[in-house]
Amino acid sequence: MTPIRAIGRPALAATRAIGAVALFALRGLAGLGPGSGAAIARQLVQIGWLSLPVVGLTALFTGAALALQIHSGGARFQASDVVPAIVAIGMVRELGPVLGGLMVAARVASAIAAEIGTMRVTEQIDALVTLSADPMRWLVTPRLWAGMLCVPVLVAVGDIIGIMGGWLVGTTSLGFNSASYIANSWAYLEAWDVTSGLIKGAVFGLVVTLSGCWFGMRAGRGAAGVGRAVTNAVVAAAVGILAANFVLTGLFFE
Amino acid sequence: MITLRGLTKSFGDKPVLDGIDLSVAQGESLCVIGQSGTGKSVLLRCILGLAAPDAGQVLWQGAPLDRRRFMAQFGMLFQGAALFDSLTVWQNVAFRLRQRMDDRRARAIALDKLARVGLGPEVADLMPAELSGGMAKRVGLARAIADDPAVIFFDEPTTGLDPIRARAIDALIRGIVTETGATAITITHDMDSCRIIGDRVALLAQGRIAHDGPVRDMDRAPALAAFLGRVPLHGGPDAAS
Repeated sequence: MTPIRAIGRPALAATRAIGAVALFALRGLAGLGPGSGAAIARQLVQIGWLSLPVVGLTALFTGAALALQIHSGGARFQASDVVPAIVAIGMVRELGPVLGGLMVAARVASAIAAEIGTMRVTEQIDALVTLSADPMRWLVTPRLWAGMLCVPVLVAVGDIIGIMGGWLVGTTSLGFNSASYIANSWAYLEAWDVTSGLIKGAVFGLVVTLSGCWFGMRAGRGAAGVGRAVTNAVVAAAVGILAANFVLTGLFFE
Repeated sequence: MITLRGLTKSFGDKPVLDGIDLSVAQGESLCVIGQSGTGKSVLLRCILGLAAPDAGQVLWQGAPLDRRRFMAQFGMLFQGAALFDSLTVWQNVAFRLRQRMDDRRARAIALDKLARVGLGPEVADLMPAELSGGMAKRVGLARAIADDPAVIFFDEPTTGLDPIRARAIDALIRGIVTETGATAITITHDMDSCRIIGDRVALLAQGRIAHDGPVRDMDRAPALAAFLGRVPLHGGPDAAS
């Protein structure tokens, strides 16, 4: 009986937690109302616009390193010419969404958890309730929608910059002709490669903002409580992105 | 009128509220006192529905409290003022007003309420982080009264203030409660606040109401004397009963 309990209890707890997070997400997404547009626009700036530098730099260096790796690895079986195509496919299908999502997770999930967690411990969320304002509608809804809307755009920008990073290395260090590099990048790229990456971006945007909001709203007392909320939010967002990426890749490409 | 019937709340196996029966009449100002950790704030949170009681009822105007209707006529001053960091002072004060009127009208009312708590228009565009503790409390008070509520709660209104500022806040609260005729509940452990703000005082101890009586009799109440660690004056209400 004891081993069954030992398995059953955590399984039940995990199921309850998944259910609670799912309900929280649904309530958050369903909270659109008057004034939501302006609130989402403010969050688009915070989550999207201000994440552009970190996502762009990450994509640039990743694309450049990918080009070097493929050129060096491809040389073992006389396949160095595939650098442009592999960089493009690798960036738009996998590295652009995943690394972009992880960078946004580090910057945004922590910021959201810290902001909402501080509001929780300083009673600002209770104050919202006493002012007849629904904290879900005011704090969670704009962030969830902004995350879902702007991370795909960040992924698209990251894809372009990443491919450009590969092109820079390819044309300056690996001896590729600029025009043929660009032509080869496009030639093997399919619309679904790009679309699947953008869909991943939307899901990752939801995972990141949901994680920040969930842990922020449940922050414990004091600075230590906010600190724990931030740590948990970043870890959960990063693991959530990698797990969601595995599931989506399986769905899209198997 | 607000009535609590048998309000009970435990955290784990630790009972915090153990069958609280209490009522506050329309326009009355009740101070709830007690040592730290005796459940004063939990009591407020249970009344507001921010914490779910394990048992008991909260009645408002004789019927079970409808939170949405109640909140629409309610204002609260939080212990740390709980001003929204991302909004200016006037936007904080006018938070509820801005949901139903344009910013120009809402700002005018906010400036009026700020003046009522002794703050000039130069404060209106400051951010909460730029305010002193006493100013933040005044802004919190202005926000609590911005929509002319019928019920106001004050959670430790003088905590963290020096005695001079504390008495000034007390006098403001008393003046506002008297002139608006609002029903008020104040959570405090400051007896001087109690004397200024309250019409009635209730002592919360070990999850129960250990004393409930007019403020004018508080010096003669043995339960309050025990709370303060001093000998009561003769003829107090607790002694009589």
